[in-house]
Amino acid sequence: MTDPAAASGYRDPSPRMGFFTDTSVCIGCKACEVACKTWNAVPDDGLVLTGMSYDNTAGLSADTWRHVAFIEQRRPVAAGTAPDGEAAEAADGVRWLMASDVCKHCTHAACLDVCPTGALFRTEFGTVVVQEDICNGCGYCIPACPYGVIDQRKGDGRAWKCTLCYDRLGAGMTPACAQACPTESIQFGPLDELRERAAARLDQLHGEGTAEARLYGEDPGDGVGGDGAFFLLLDEPEVYGLPPDPVVTTRDLPSMWRHAAAAATGLMAAAAAAFAAEWLGRRG
Amino acid sequence: MAECHPVGFQWVMEAKARGAKLIHVDPRFTRTSALADLHVPLRAGSDIVFLGAIINHVLSKEKFFRDYLLAYTNAATILTEDYAGPEDLDGVFSGLDRQGRFYDFHTWQYEGLEVQAASGERDREYGDQDGTRGGSAAVRQAGRGEAHGSGGAAVPPGTPERDETLTHPRCVFQVLKRHFARYTPEAVERACGVPPEAFAQVCEWLTENSGRDRTTAFVYSVGWTQHTVGVQYIRTASILQTLLGNIGRPGGGILALRGHASIQGSTDIPTLFDLLPGYIPMPHAHSSEDLDSFVAAEQTQKGYWAGMRGYTVSLLKSWWGDAARADNDFCFDYLPRLTGSHGTYETVMAQLAGQCKGYFVLGENPAVGSANGRLQRLGMANLDWLVVRDFSLIESATWWKDGPEIESGELRTADIGTEVFFMPAAAHTEKVGSFTNTQRMLQWHHQAVEPPGAARSDLWFTYHLGRLIREKLARGGLVGVPPDSAPGDVGGVAPDSTPGDVGGVPPDSTVTDERDRPVLDLTWDYPVRGEIAEPDAEAVLAEINGRDAEGKPLSSYLQLADDGSTTCGCWIYCGVYADGVNQAARRKPGGQQDWVAAGWGWAWPANRRILYNRASADPDGKPWSERKALVWWDPDKGRWTGHDIPDFVPDKAPGYQPPDGATGPDGLSGTDPFIMQADGKAWLFAPAGLVDGPLPAHYEPQESPFRNVLYGQQRNPVRQVTGFGHPSNRLQPSGGEPGAEVFPYVATTYRLTEHHTAGGMSRWLPYLAELQPEFFCEVSPELAAERGLEHLAWATIVTARAAIEARVLVTERMITLTVDGRRLHQIGLPYHWGSNGLSPGDSANDLIGLSLDPNVHIQEDKAFACDIRPGRRPRGPARLDLVRDYQRRAGITGQTGMEV
Repeated sequence: MTDPAAASGYRDPSPRMGFFTDTSVCIGCKACEVACKTWNAVPDDGLVLTGMSYDNTAGLSADTWRHVAFIEQRRPVAAGTAPDGEAAEAADGVRWLMASDVCKHCTHAACLDVCPTGALFRTEFGTVVVQEDICNGCGYCIPACPYGVIDQRKGDGRAWKCTLCYDRLGAGMTPACAQACPTESIQFGPLDELRERAAARLDQLHGEGTAEARLYGEDPGDGVGGDGAFFLLLDEPEVYGLPPDPVVTTRDLPSMWRHAAAAATGLMAAAAAAFAAEWLGRRG
Repeated sequence: MAECHPVGFQWVMEAKARGAKLIHVDPRFTRTSALADLHVPLRAGSDIVFLGAIINHVLSKEKFFRDYLLAYTNAATILTEDYAGPEDLDGVFSGLDRQGRFYDFHTWQYEGLEVQAASGERDREYGDQDGTRGGSAAVRQAGRGEAHGSGGAAVPPGTPERDETLTHPRCVFQVLKRHFARYTPEAVERACGVPPEAFAQVCEWLTENSGRDRTTAFVYSVGWTQHTVGVQYIRTASILQTLLGNIGRPGGGILALRGHASIQGSTDIPTLFDLLPGYIPMPHAHSSEDLDSFVAAEQTQKGYWAGMRGYTVSLLKSWWGDAARADNDFCFDYLPRLTGSHGTYETVMAQLAGQCKGYFVLGENPAVGSANGRLQRLGMANLDWLVVRDFSLIESATWWKDGPEIESGELRTADIGTEVFFMPAAAHTEKVGSFTNTQRMLQWHHQAVEPPGAARSDLWFTYHLGRLIREKLARGGLVGVPPDSAPGDVGGVAPDSTPGDVGGVPPDSTVTDERDRPVLDLTWDYPVRGEIAEPDAEAVLAEINGRDAEGKPLSSYLQLADDGSTTCGCWIYCGVYADGVNQAARRKPGGQQDWVAAGWGWAWPANRRILYNRASADPDGKPWSERKALVWWDPDKGRWTGHDIPDFVPDKAPGYQPPDGATGPDGLSGTDPFIMQADGKAWLFAPAGLVDGPLPAHYEPQESPFRNVLYGQQRNPVRQVTGFGHPSNRLQPSGGEPGAEVFPYVATTYRLTEHHTAGGMSRWLPYLAELQPEFFCEVSPELAAERGLEHLAWATIVTARAAIEARVLVTERMITLTVDGRRLHQIGLPYHWGSNGLSPGDSANDLIGLSLDPNVHIQEDKAFACDIRPGRRPRGPARLDLVRDYQRRAGITGQTGMEV
């Protein structure tokens, strides 16, 4: 499925819109976090010094829809060239990775699958949005998300997450985070176009010798059918707190139902057998 | 830059995307380092050694841009025999008066100039008989070094001798070579803690990327300026960039990132005590007795400063209108006069001495943001009145009830006599005005919403305060106004007076005191609008731009006359309202114009985007290379032309030679691009203009755990430390002095992306406060192990001034260096915090003692020595006891650290 909006029944939907977050140019300014909260009137997430480098919002939550991770690493780097022209010995260096995370707006969105009220829906842009006036706070969507994105707001009970600025999209505007990003680390646009841009950027980085650069969530063949918001990372996904091989948690539902049905049949057969045995025993 | 200027950093990222290499030299590994191709950590306070060694590399390996150097700099100029430098005098320059702590500049001069008194600098009463001696102590302290924000200092008349072969032993080039010879990679390793490999890499990248086809830009911020040798840091970079030919050319330059929006604007139209608009110096009580002597002393013989009389007279006409006439010196006597340094720290000392009784704090939070916050608070506690205008109840407004001195019991609210007025201020979205940022570009911003409640713009406040004072004076002076004003009579305005009604001040009122005339004669007639009577900001801009005799807007400062026929509120801004159009409000998108983008905003002077851009062409007027073409001489049209507006007399041919005795712009040749300089040259050696040396020399910070490895002279001998003697401002022993070991670590202060300066615009906002919710210190794992500091636990940081506490972040981004053979730990302290707001914390600036750069009076808070210990600081009086204990252990007295 390449067009979840069409698959959801939209006739002549807009091209699927999404984010490409290129973490190789993220400067960790957190303008995305602030712009998101300001536009969407998201409350603050508590004033807690976490000690996780410069990250004090800790992760995506009901009250943080864009989250910048800061990862400090110690790694060998070449310390330049010695005056005699010999390459100097590799010394210990510091690398500081920054990455702005967001709801992935999955092609196969488990949160949407399990929502009993229809509060979560697929928009004409192919994004996934919670309708705050319909959500009843059942919370099924929360364990359903393979990325741990959607979250219940304390004291409110409802589920909240990134809407990819559905209201701004409807008015032909760019989502607040992408608009605020000073370095174009967060790029917004038609997903097809973003995937092309990302592939070119990846080639460029590989050509420059950044072998560790990789895309995450761009592959329609992955466990969620590809993300509407995907990333360029400079290390393993786990380093950024992202699952390496996410799978839509409702993927196995049909077969689970089949297995359950089979199990139920089996149980009935066993019960019948037991009954028969007892009956036979009495007879014996 | 990524940390404090993330929006501007987008252009660095764009340059990177086009293949630019990014080098970051900083004690800490910051968000900028994370994106840099190379991060070079160095000891805070050692940058002159680092830059000086690059200069040495460029000179000794002949990596300089020879043609540029010969034509456009004073490399070939010969100095007098009297000059002696740190090589000869173990770290000081000739002319040092150790008693008076100042330099006599007499010996720093070019050979061949007429050594004669410049009449205006003559100050018999104060003993300065010779203009080249740098003025008396009083004049010198009055910030003369700062009065060159748009051009160079004067040199005596005459034609300096030159040696175009650069071999004369006293030519600037040879002097430079000798001076920087001891700035070697080994010295860099010893003083800065930078290994030779990293240093070599910087040299290689920098020199490879400079020359005819390529240019390199330097970007700096207060990490360079806030030192006792801060101005000389910038000078060192200037010398380097000049040698490499990176000034006046696209992609070159030395770019100062300012502390917040429109700080450039606040020096152009200054909030500084020693400047008038457009970098015209504030007159001095003794050396500037009338307009003639003032202009004669300050204007340079050649170059555009020669027009200073026109700039000054137009300013006086702008301020005093019809009252300013040729027969009364255009009201020159109305201008205040300096009698010495009246900078912010002298003001605090005057408060403590009971001499300064009232204080306006507008958009500033000195209790948190200024050095030695404790002294700031004690000073404010000694005032009669204090006015604070800000968004929130910042610490400078509430220290009298909840400041650290109240907590410790040193001050009691009931004993404080200061009457504090808090006036809520409008934010930039709630008012109209302009920003002038680092690129000298004025950008107009419009009002989005009305200010809430009683919040008002600074323009509103200043205008109406002036209006009320003028009305009071017009009625017979401030003294004697009946206290029983009618109800509703806000501020004593006469009931029949309407806002903006200033026509009622009679120019020849007989009831007023003569001393009130400077205020009463002011042109104070801005139109107001709306319910709150907001003055029209564009009318102010039009006044700054200036008008001709018919009242029409001027379009260029070249039109400014010295006969009183023109007005101009700031000569360098002349043209911003050309044709009656607000040029600063132009917003033509970049995609619709060429790369110079002259249609976006307006840059002073004359909408030029790159200053001194004549240097982008060779002496014959052709671009040095096609790739770096900016302006060039069109021989067919007989004019300068190009992408930018030429910063040169438009029809002055490259071959022009000034006739004998020519002055002003005519006195400079067709190959003199630095048109604000008296000789049209970029100064590798500065014969005038700096009070602490014609060349930069490395001195240790006021408080340093290290000896100066380059010279016997430990500190800048003329740094400003006298006048700040106070028990709360004790200085620490340094280098090899006994007691220095009590403060073994180097600390530096800085800002985080998430907060703004002293916190007034961020600690009250939940969306920002949550991103950096607590004051922390950053330490290396090695220091944490050495002092038993635990990640996220508390630490107490102590200097001779204060003990503060911070949460600990142990991070490998703090890199332990090997300096002069021993391990050095540096401590990082963001300075945003104070006791108020959503995110309270101790203030890093409380740690800082007052020792200032002698040129511009900036405090040294980017490198100082301290101790750190685990755990929270003591509460109550025990906090001071801890500080006193440290003072005792280090043997600190009022004389410590005061040596020349």
